[in-house]
Amino acid sequence: MSTSTMNANRSNTLAAGRLRPGVMVSMGVFAVAVPLFVLWALVGNLPNLFVVAFIAIILFLILLGVTSRIVEGGRRAKDRVITTLVVSSFVLALVPLVSLLWTVIARGLTRFDGSFFGMSMRNIVGNGGGALHAIIGTLLITLMATIISVPVGILTAIYLTEYARGNVLSKVLSALVDVMTGIPSIVAGLFIAALAGLLIGPGTTTGFLGALALSVLMVPTVVRSAEEMLKLVPNELREASYALGVPKWVTVLRVVVRTAAAGLTTSVMLAISRVIGETAPLLIVAGFTPSMNYNLFSGPMMTLPVFVYDQYAHKGLPPEAFDARSWAGALTLILLAMVLNVGARLLGKLLSPKTR
Amino acid sequence: MSKRIEAIGLNIYYGSFLAVENVNMDIKPRSITALIGPSGCGKSTFLRTLNRIHEIIPGARVDGKVLLDGDDLYGPGVDPVLVRRQVGMVFQRPNPFPTMSIKENVLAGVKLNNKRISRSDADDLVESSLRGANLWNEVKDRLDAPGAGLSGGQQQRLCIARTIAVKPDVVLMDEPCSALDPISTLAIEDLMQELKKEYTIVIVTHNMQQASRVSDMTGFFNIAGTGKPGHLIEYADTAKIFSNPDKAETEDYISGRFG
Ligand SMILES: Nc1ncnc2c1ncn2[C@@H]1O[C@H](COP(=O)(O)OP(=O)(O)OP(=O)(O)O)[C@@H](O)[C@H]1O
Ligand SMILES: [Mg+2]
Repeated sequence: MSTSTMNANRSNTLAAGRLRPGVMVSMGVFAVAVPLFVLWALVGNLPNLFVVAFIAIILFLILLGVTSRIVEGGRRAKDRVITTLVVSSFVLALVPLVSLLWTVIARGLTRFDGSFFGMSMRNIVGNGGGALHAIIGTLLITLMATIISVPVGILTAIYLTEYARGNVLSKVLSALVDVMTGIPSIVAGLFIAALAGLLIGPGTTTGFLGALALSVLMVPTVVRSAEEMLKLVPNELREASYALGVPKWVTVLRVVVRTAAAGLTTSVMLAISRVIGETAPLLIVAGFTPSMNYNLFSGPMMTLPVFVYDQYAHKGLPPEAFDARSWAGALTLILLAMVLNVGARLLGKLLSPKTR
Repeated sequence: MSKRIEAIGLNIYYGSFLAVENVNMDIKPRSITALIGPSGCGKSTFLRTLNRIHEIIPGARVDGKVLLDGDDLYGPGVDPVLVRRQVGMVFQRPNPFPTMSIKENVLAGVKLNNKRISRSDADDLVESSLRGANLWNEVKDRLDAPGAGLSGGQQQRLCIARTIAVKPDVVLMDEPCSALDPISTLAIEDLMQELKKEYTIVIVTHNMQQASRVSDMTGFFNIAGTGKPGHLIEYADTAKIFSNPDKAETEDYISGRFG
C-alpha cells in the first residue's frame, strides 16, 4: 500500500494557475481586431495587412506576457512570449516562400501544356513553342557536371578526412576549397570561357563547357559537405574495422563511405541544387539556341534558367506569350529540383543505417 | 590457437608526450590477464599497442618490443593489418557496424577481407561465433535484423562474436562490461572462461571483483601525477595481487586507499 495521501483540504502547492485556451484565443482576436478597425477608421479603407499583422503580434505579445505573468508566474510568461516570437518568425519566414510558390504556379500553369514539353522554340516567333530543348539541355549539362564533380569532390573529401592527417597539402587544399566556395558564378563562367578561348578558339559555346563551369561551382560544395558527412562517422567504426584486420582502403570504402552514404547523397543533392538554377555562367559558355541539341560537345545548348531569362528579357510579339513561357520555365525548374530532391531523399532513406 | 605475448621495454608516446614508460610483461597463452589501475594511467594505451591500433592516432608511436610467440610486432616489414588479424579487440563501447545486419556483422571480418566463403560455411560460422559469444539463442530468429537494434549488452556480445569469427590468437578487451548490466556482465565473464580455452585474453577493467573473479594474472598500472608517464607497478598471479601484493602502492589501490 502506498503511504502517501492526497491533501484534499488545501490546493496543490506544486501547481500554479493556468491560462485557458479560450482566454488566449480571445486575446488573439482582440489583438487583430483593434489595429484592423482603428486603422480602418483612420485611413478610411482596408489597411495594409502586413502593418496590421505586425501591430497585432506586438499587441498580443504584451497582452499575453502581462496576463501570463499575473496568472501563471514569470517563467511561464517568458516561455509563452518566446514561443509566440518563435512561431511568428517561422510564419514570417514562410510568407515569401508561399507567395513565391503561389506566383510561380499561378503564372506558370498557363503554358504548362503538352507543346511546352514537346517542342523547342525553333521557328517560333509568337505564340506556341516549348522548352523541350532547354529541359534536355539542363538535364544533360547538370548530369555531366555531376559526373565530373562528384568523384573529384568525394575523393578529395576522403583524402582530407581519412588520409591527410592535417598535413600541409591538406591545409592548402582546404584553403583553396574555401576560396572556391566563394567564387561568384559569373567568374566561373568567364574562367571557362577564357580557357576555351585559349584551347579551342574564342567564342566557343557548347554544353560541355557549361558543365565544366558548373563543376567549378559544384566541386567545392561537394567537398565541404562530404567532408562534414565523413567526419560524422564515429572513429569507433574505423577502429572496429581495423581490429578485424581490414586494410585501410577497404575500411574507408566499405565502412566509412558506406556508413556515410545517406549523408553523401544529400551532399551531392545540395550541390546539384546549387547549380541547376545557375544562369550566368551558362549564358556565357553554353550559349543560346532555339533548337534541340543533344550533343554536349558541339554547338550551343539551351538550358532552363537561360530560357527563362531569354523569354523574359527578349520579348517579341505578343509579349504575353513570352511571359507565359518564362513562368512555365521557372515552374518546370522548381519541379525538376523538387523531383531530384525527393529522389535523393528516398535513396538516402534506403542507404541510411537502420535499427529496425 | 593461442599465443604468448611479451612486452619488452615498451615506451608509448602520443606525439612527444610519453604516456606509458618501460613496460615489461609476459602474458601466457590460454589465460586471462587483467589490467587494473586508476583512470589515465595508460591501460587502454598499453592494450592498444598489442594489436598496433595505437598508431592510427596521428603522432602516436611506440618504442621497445612486443613479441607475439617470439615475433616482434614492431619489427621492420611487419604489416599491421596482418597483426590485427591475429590479435582481435573488443572495445569499451559496443560498436557494431550500423549498416549491417546481425549476420553481416558477424561475417564482417571475413567479408571485408574479401575471403570467399560458401553459404553453408558462412551460416556455420555465424552460428558457432554467436554461440561462442552466448548470443545465439537470443538472435537466431532475426539474423537479418540490423545489429544496431540490439540492446547494449547484446551489441557487446555481437562485437565479441564478430571478433572471434576471424579466429584470432589473442583477444584484447578494453572495459568490455563497463556499459552493461550485472547479468550481461556475468554472461560475458562466463564467456571469457570459455574463450580462454582457445585464446589468450587480456582485459582492462575498473571492477576489482571482476578482475579477481575472472583473471589468472593481474597487472597494476599507476601514474605518479598528471603529465607523468604511467608505469606497470606490479604484475603477478591474481591471487597474490589481491591477497598479499609486494608493493604498498598496489595494496593501497586494491583496498581503496588510493588517492
Ligand atoms: N588520443 C590521445 N592523444 C593524446 N593523449 C592521449 C590520447 N589518448 C590518451 N591519451 C593520454 O594518455 C594517458 C593514458 O590514457 P589511457 O586512455 O590509456 O588511460 P586509461 O588507463 O585507459 O584510463 P581509463 O581507465 O580512464 O580508461 C592519459 O594521460 C591520456 O590523457
Ligand atoms: Mg581506458
